[in-house]
Amino acid sequence: MLGLLRRTLLIFLLTPSFLMAQDFENLVTLLPEGDFDDRGRVVNQIAVSGDDRALPLLEMLTNGELSYLRETGRIVTLREEGDDDVAYDALSDERIGVVGRRDARDIRVNNGLRRDIAAAIGRMGLQSPDPAVRLDAAQRAFRARDPAQIAALTDALSAESEPHVATVFEQARAAAILQSDDAVQADKRAAIAVLAARGDRDALSALSPALSDPALVADAQAATDEIERSIASWGLAQNLWYGISLGSVLMLAAIGLAITFGVMGVINMAHGELVMIGAYTTYLVQETIRNSFPEMFGWSLAIAVPLAFLTAGAVGVAIERGVVRYLYGRPLETLLATWGISLILQQAVRSIFGPNNREVGNPDWMSGAVDVGQMAMTWNRIWILVFALAVFAALLLVLNRTPIGLQMRAVTQNRSMAANMGIRTGWVDAMTFGLGAGVAGLAGVALSQIDNVSPNLGQSYIVDSFMVVVFGGAGNLWGAFAGAFTLGIATKFMEPWVGAVLAKILILVAIILFIQKRPRGLFALKGRAVDS
Amino acid sequence: MTAQLYLNGVERSFDGFKAINGLSLHVTKGELRAIIGPNGAGKTTMMDIITGKTRPDKGEVFWNEKVDLTKTDEAGSARLGIGRKFQKPTVIESLSVEDNIALALKTDRSVFATLFARRTAAQEDRITELLELVRLVAERSRPAADLSHGQKQWLEIGMLLAQEPELLLVDEPAAGMTDDETMRTAELLRGLAGEHTVIVVEHDMEFVRALDCKVTVLHQGRVLAEGSIDHVSANPEVVEVYLGR
Amino acid sequence: MSRLIDRRMGFFLIALFIAVVAIPVGNLVMEGKPVASYVVQLSGKYLCYALLAVALDLVWGYCGILSLGHGAFFALGGYAMGMHLMREIGTRGVYGDPVLPDFMVFLSYEELPWFWLGFDQFWFAALMAMVVPGVLAFLFGWFAFRSRVSGVYLSIITQAMTYALMLAFFRNEMGFGGNNGLTDFKDVLGFDLQSDATRAGLFVASAVALVAGLLIAKAIALSQLGKVLIGIRDAEDRTRFLGYRVEGYKLFVFVVSAMMAGVAGALYTPQVGIINPGEFSPANSIEIVIWVALGGRGTLVGAAIGAIFVALAKTFLTGWIPEIWLFALGGLFVFVTLFMPKGILGVIEDGWGRIRRPTVRKEVTP
Repeated sequence: MLGLLRRTLLIFLLTPSFLMAQDFENLVTLLPEGDFDDRGRVVNQIAVSGDDRALPLLEMLTNGELSYLRETGRIVTLREEGDDDVAYDALSDERIGVVGRRDARDIRVNNGLRRDIAAAIGRMGLQSPDPAVRLDAAQRAFRARDPAQIAALTDALSAESEPHVATVFEQARAAAILQSDDAVQADKRAAIAVLAARGDRDALSALSPALSDPALVADAQAATDEIERSIASWGLAQNLWYGISLGSVLMLAAIGLAITFGVMGVINMAHGELVMIGAYTTYLVQETIRNSFPEMFGWSLAIAVPLAFLTAGAVGVAIERGVVRYLYGRPLETLLATWGISLILQQAVRSIFGPNNREVGNPDWMSGAVDVGQMAMTWNRIWILVFALAVFAALLLVLNRTPIGLQMRAVTQNRSMAANMGIRTGWVDAMTFGLGAGVAGLAGVALSQIDNVSPNLGQSYIVDSFMVVVFGGAGNLWGAFAGAFTLGIATKFMEPWVGAVLAKILILVAIILFIQKRPRGLFALKGRAVDS
Repeated sequence: MTAQLYLNGVERSFDGFKAINGLSLHVTKGELRAIIGPNGAGKTTMMDIITGKTRPDKGEVFWNEKVDLTKTDEAGSARLGIGRKFQKPTVIESLSVEDNIALALKTDRSVFATLFARRTAAQEDRITELLELVRLVAERSRPAADLSHGQKQWLEIGMLLAQEPELLLVDEPAAGMTDDETMRTAELLRGLAGEHTVIVVEHDMEFVRALDCKVTVLHQGRVLAEGSIDHVSANPEVVEVYLGR
Repeated sequence: MSRLIDRRMGFFLIALFIAVVAIPVGNLVMEGKPVASYVVQLSGKYLCYALLAVALDLVWGYCGILSLGHGAFFALGGYAMGMHLMREIGTRGVYGDPVLPDFMVFLSYEELPWFWLGFDQFWFAALMAMVVPGVLAFLFGWFAFRSRVSGVYLSIITQAMTYALMLAFFRNEMGFGGNNGLTDFKDVLGFDLQSDATRAGLFVASAVALVAGLLIAKAIALSQLGKVLIGIRDAEDRTRFLGYRVEGYKLFVFVVSAMMAGVAGALYTPQVGIINPGEFSPANSIEIVIWVALGGRGTLVGAAIGAIFVALAKTFLTGWIPEIWLFALGGLFVFVTLFMPKGILGVIEDGWGRIRRPTVRKEVTP
């Protein structure tokens, strides 16, 4: 009897005139009534009510978290506390009390209802005062491609003030129109144009219904082709970005080597280990900050940069004064001795810090990603590129605009003449080597953000950085620059075709062949002087 | 007379700098020729071009009027009969004096021929003869590294002669020699001319005078003057760029 | 002949001969096995290293080509023999396939890849253990030497070569067992690889190969060609201007050396029972260089001694205090380059000379 009365009331309630005055709470109590179709209608009413509590309620409903108390009809959510089920009011979250197993019943949902709820939530979002929510809702609507939402989307579009949200509304509407059987041809054509302008893979699938419509197929095909071109060029841009990013890493790893090899003619096989020292310095800085000043974590890299430069630089000066200076003019012996040093440094780090990877964290400003068009760029990669360019620029300045740089160049070009002019070549050698080593330390700070900090860190970069220097040509920073970015981009463009490992092998083979043609690299010093 | 060596309009630049700029030279068979010029006149580059170490950008270089020297490499030019002596004495330091000469002897230079080569009695005699000529008989089995600077110069000349070259390119042979050695070297080179063609690149004017031959003055990669030493010494341009300093 | 076996070589060959007799006799014949089986196996491995060092000394010591990729030739020889040993397993593998090695069955190969054909024949595998490294050395050297890549540039690209090969052999698609390499060998030429007699036989074979390698290398060094090589090492330009096509000579000695390294690898694989891509790692190749430098560059016998010395030290130190091994090896690199440029043999011979010279002087002064 009571059930019948409520059912009548329900039908009555759902007439629009009555709705205006209807109380949200009463509306909610109707949820357990009737079959799933009835429940769907209630859901729609809740959705259009404009009440703030509607969204969390519908979410709870779709997750199956709502029940009603058999006695009062009150809508509640049950939580386990110890062995008991405790009922809380679904709207106010007020604690009602422990309920027995038989006192409450679940409000059940099926898949059809879940779809309705999702659509309802989507529509609610369209009217949210928060533009971010609206954007989210618009994107959801775009993916849903529900012809039933066309009207709602049209309304939302006309009310929208934010242009970037409006664009997505328009696209969502276009996608829905193409899905619809009732829309007129002109609208569909306009929709195709809108989707073509969007130009990504989602737009492509939204266009698919139009491809099977004989009246639209020509337009749709043209739009599809255009989108595929757009996707291809964004793919190219994404690859280019990956390549530039790899190039910046290679440049950081190699540029210190370019200084020691290029300026001093010294093959420093311990270069990779100096990079490793930079990475471990970063780790120590972060450990100290974590333990003592956790609020400073955002600054950890800024503190690590000068420390890594100085630590690696000091180790470099020690290597130069202790070993390398006795071996000038004997490049092959230098190569062997520095290899020995690299083994010692590796084992020293392994003995101190253990063989496992050490955790180095990304500060907030280095985490996350940003979308540019259809391409994703992570912040750490962006910052590393910026850092690499800054290091490169600073090195150019040091070498070309400072007295020590002038002395370094003088010693490179004519050692005995420089010595005769009163330049302390030994001191310049130590400083040059120290500079190269310090830059390796800087590379270590950057690499700690994208790679495992382990005693093997240096080994994994040493062959690559030699390739950069050999390819670019020693004796010229621009050579290392061009070499790093060329190799980075070439590798990333080959990877989709042949896979990462084969790409690397092919690059190595290409360099081996290239060096036959230009034995001194891209930016070689030319002329007679080189031979002597 | 046939031209042993003929250069015409040769140009070669390094990074925009024209080391050789329209050089033409004509050396006849058996001639002794001195080439002088200030630093950077292109003397070394000229020799590099003749011996196939450097390719010219432009111009012709002919050997015996028919062989194109721009198409050979160092070993090829040596096999044609061009011997080159470096400014800094370059011998193979770890080998004995005798082995240095033996390596230079005119033989088949292919890889497998040298692998199975046995020294003949005639070659032994030839080595002894050359060692006598360059006065290194006593040093025969010592490593070349033990020789004095002057002895190394002589050893290198001995190696050059062992090649039995038609043309000898000699770069500053008098550098680092005592006066006595210098005069003996001049005498030796004069003696070699006729049977061999000899081109001497030199700074030392006393030495050039002692050679008593036709002189070519190079300046900025081209020929500035040519003639007897007295003739070129009288040329005011030559005096200005070279002798005047 | 007397020049071929000089004093150093004589001493070394005598010592080697004693070892070749004593070790198998101690292991197989004598009561109570005074020489344990693992010692036989280790000694055989050391001799393979010694041969590899001799091969490197031929190119580095005599011709000045510092190859940082000789491990690649060694590993290729090792793989050639490993492929034969895999085929020898036959139906005794885990999957019991008569033709396909276990890893191919596992990776669902339908049939044997073409480059595995012929390796069921021992003679073919033995030939390939020399031919494959030789061909690689020829191709690589032909490109590199012709365009006059030399010095550290050459060293770096040889390193890149072995690195690229390592990456390639790590790939399962290459058909060489990927990461795990080739292992689980059963027998060679019908002899059980686990038996003491076979191990002793392999040890003796390694010794014979080492002696052959030493004598061939020495013969090359003593020939007129050997003098040209020294000429190239000391004064490459001078040698060119004497009319020698330097690239041809370099190519010859590089190929011979690579083939020698291949033989060493082929003998190594059955003795250690595995060959995997780690053998291609650049670090291994650089370690060979230190064997040669320690023993004495350009002495051949010294290279062999250096290899055996370092390998012994590695066995003892890694067994004793593992952490110290890399410190010791690294220190050795630094020490030898700074203080012992002529290596152990140089030090011994200088010492020998110092002992003898006073007597010589006494004869001269009066």
